[in-house]
Amino acid sequence: MNRHLISAGDLSRDDAVLILDTAAELASVAGRPIRKLPTLRGMTVVNLFYEDSTRTRTSFEAAAKRLSADVINFSAKGSSVAKGESLKDTALTLEAMGADAIVIRHPASGAPRRLADWITGRVVNAGDGTHEHPTQALLDAFTIRERLAAGRDDPRGQALDGVRVTIVGDVLHSRVARSNVLLLTTLGAEVTVVAPPTLMPHAIATWPGRASYDLDSALRKADVVMMLRVQQERMTAAYFPTVREYRRRYGLDTDRMALLPEHAIVMHPGPMNRGVEIAAEVADSPRSTIVAQVANGVTVRMAVLYLMLGGATEGEA
Amino acid sequence: MAQDETVTQDETVTGEWLIRGVSVVGGPAADVHLAGGVIAAVGPNLAAPGAAVIEAAGLIALPGLVDLHTHLREPGREDAETVLTGTRAAALGGYTAVHAMANTEPVADTAGVVEQVWRLGQQAGYVDVRPVGAVTVSLAGKHLAELGALADSAARVRVFSDDGFCVADPLLMRRALEYVKAFDGVIAQHAQEPRLTEGAQLNEGEMSSRLGLAGWPAAAEEAIIARDCLLAAHVDAALHVCHVSTAGSVEIIRWAKSKGWRVTAEVTPHHLLLTDDLAAEYDTAFKVNPPLRTQADVDALRAGLADGTIDAVATDHAPHPIEAKETEWSAAANGMTGLETALRVVQRAMVDTGLLDWAGVADRMSARPAAIGRVAGHGQPVEPGAPANLTLYDPGAPPAPVDPRTHASKSRNSPFAGMALPGQVRATFLRGTPTVLDGKVTR
Repeated sequence: MNRHLISAGDLSRDDAVLILDTAAELASVAGRPIRKLPTLRGMTVVNLFYEDSTRTRTSFEAAAKRLSADVINFSAKGSSVAKGESLKDTALTLEAMGADAIVIRHPASGAPRRLADWITGRVVNAGDGTHEHPTQALLDAFTIRERLAAGRDDPRGQALDGVRVTIVGDVLHSRVARSNVLLLTTLGAEVTVVAPPTLMPHAIATWPGRASYDLDSALRKADVVMMLRVQQERMTAAYFPTVREYRRRYGLDTDRMALLPEHAIVMHPGPMNRGVEIAAEVADSPRSTIVAQVANGVTVRMAVLYLMLGGATEGEA
Repeated sequence: MAQDETVTQDETVTGEWLIRGVSVVGGPAADVHLAGGVIAAVGPNLAAPGAAVIEAAGLIALPGLVDLHTHLREPGREDAETVLTGTRAAALGGYTAVHAMANTEPVADTAGVVEQVWRLGQQAGYVDVRPVGAVTVSLAGKHLAELGALADSAARVRVFSDDGFCVADPLLMRRALEYVKAFDGVIAQHAQEPRLTEGAQLNEGEMSSRLGLAGWPAAAEEAIIARDCLLAAHVDAALHVCHVSTAGSVEIIRWAKSKGWRVTAEVTPHHLLLTDDLAAEYDTAFKVNPPLRTQADVDALRAGLADGTIDAVATDHAPHPIEAKETEWSAAANGMTGLETALRVVQRAMVDTGLLDWAGVADRMSARPAAIGRVAGHGQPVEPGAPANLTLYDPGAPPAPVDPRTHASKSRNSPFAGMALPGQVRATFLRGTPTVLDGKVTR
């Protein structure tokens, strides 16, 4: 494991499998009467959030607390361009308060990478601009592994070799898509991204995996379909004519869901726009893993903090 | 390499200099005698009793360099640079004249501001400072500034630019190109289609796609250059294209020149050497506008400079204080310092690669920029009678890493920090008076 978790591309296949296996072990804790482990007692994890994200912040907070770390939530709205303290000064302040790890969510791509240059503690990227969201990709990989292995072997030690994953939506601006393409490819999955051409990255040909503008054909061969949220600001910026047309061409409704192979699952990182990229019937169907993804988020983030902070303590002692 | 450049006699006795054994613009070794502010003689074994002697074997004498694109920041941003510190940096880089860009605070859109900058340059005395006038009031792109007043001012402005912003309105651009013909002016365009580059952070391509940074497409530069070339042809006016950065731009300019149109262009040292993959770690030292492009673009820019499609190297020296760069990428200021490294970068990118000889360097860094900027007394051949504006450069100095902390510029945002570059500017003369000797400013 690297010192920091900035990009899913930083993880080797062994790193990624280790995180997933560790998460599987930790998941068993969630079933116990006392859910806390003493692993990170005396350590401090700071959640430094420059964007509102109750979902992700709460997930990291729960993960750190279940490992007995002290948690400081620091929300700083707006970027450093606006009046106020620079990111660097904020980071140095938090480190001076004893932060062992900073979990950062920031609207600027690359902010966690900059942060890692300025502080000595660990940095975990909890989503930076339109760059990456590596723990989302890890929890998605964990969910895929768990669901596709259900009723079969123990998934531990396994990667995702040969699993066909289709990621659909605003790939251009999606940090979830970027991290998933990198991580799932590392784990051996065959990734296809589907988007209207206006929402496909300009240099998509240099990415691993395949790209398509045609959702229907991509669905027929998918083991996993992952729907991305359409951000409100894209709906008014001429990326596509209307929301109605987007839904018609790229939304996952019941007719399209019927094209999927029987075992295939439907994922969404949340929050969903029901009726835009995903129909309510699909979101609530048995194929949907959306609620499981949230639960798995806590255990995967526990695994990340455990391996980054707990492992380090032992190693450096 | 010169063994001993020790000045053997006090220059103040006669104000004369004898530069011995120097390669004149890359040619065979000769002596150069400076007297009365001009080049008195060039030839073998010159005798100049009373002249201070510089032993210059191994050095190359170039006509003093002329920069078409310098941000001196004064008035307004004296925390980043002043006319004094910026021109000192220029002299250390081998320059004898610089064009001070108009995006100061207040903007150089009135005679008062350009005359202030011009006078500050005279007071500093390191190089001739030629203020660039704004094309539009406040660089806002709405109304023409009083271009005639700028031209008639003591600063004698001939180059007009809204640099930092594109004169995007095609009608306004046409009018500006036409209007300055009355006083032999030239419009220097920052070619950037604004709608295509809203929020743009990095060259649109593999790196921007991977880093999740909004792309700055090559087409946004090329579309404006193509439009402006057509406008310049239509009204038979002079267009100068600032900081050309893409292979497509080079092709368009080559085509425009083939038509005989009055189009000139510049390229920056950083676009000749650096590529967008340097942004991989979001190091804001590499954030600049137009952005660093790809190796294919770098190759095309070098070829364009070599064959003369691109007329000049211009630094776009853009100093910024530390806090403007010590931020997340999207919040960081665009720009890089360049005056003190330009000639060394050009040696590495153009001379050491065999693309340009020293006569070519003299042409692209002195003669042509002086002609484009209508700068009298600069960019002339190193011949008797020419003003003694001269740079002595040691191309054999062993490559040494760039250390911005040693720079005379007030700012430290060099993208070449830590990079080993060849060569060293040893001396610079402005009208026969040394501004730099032994690689150090003389005062």
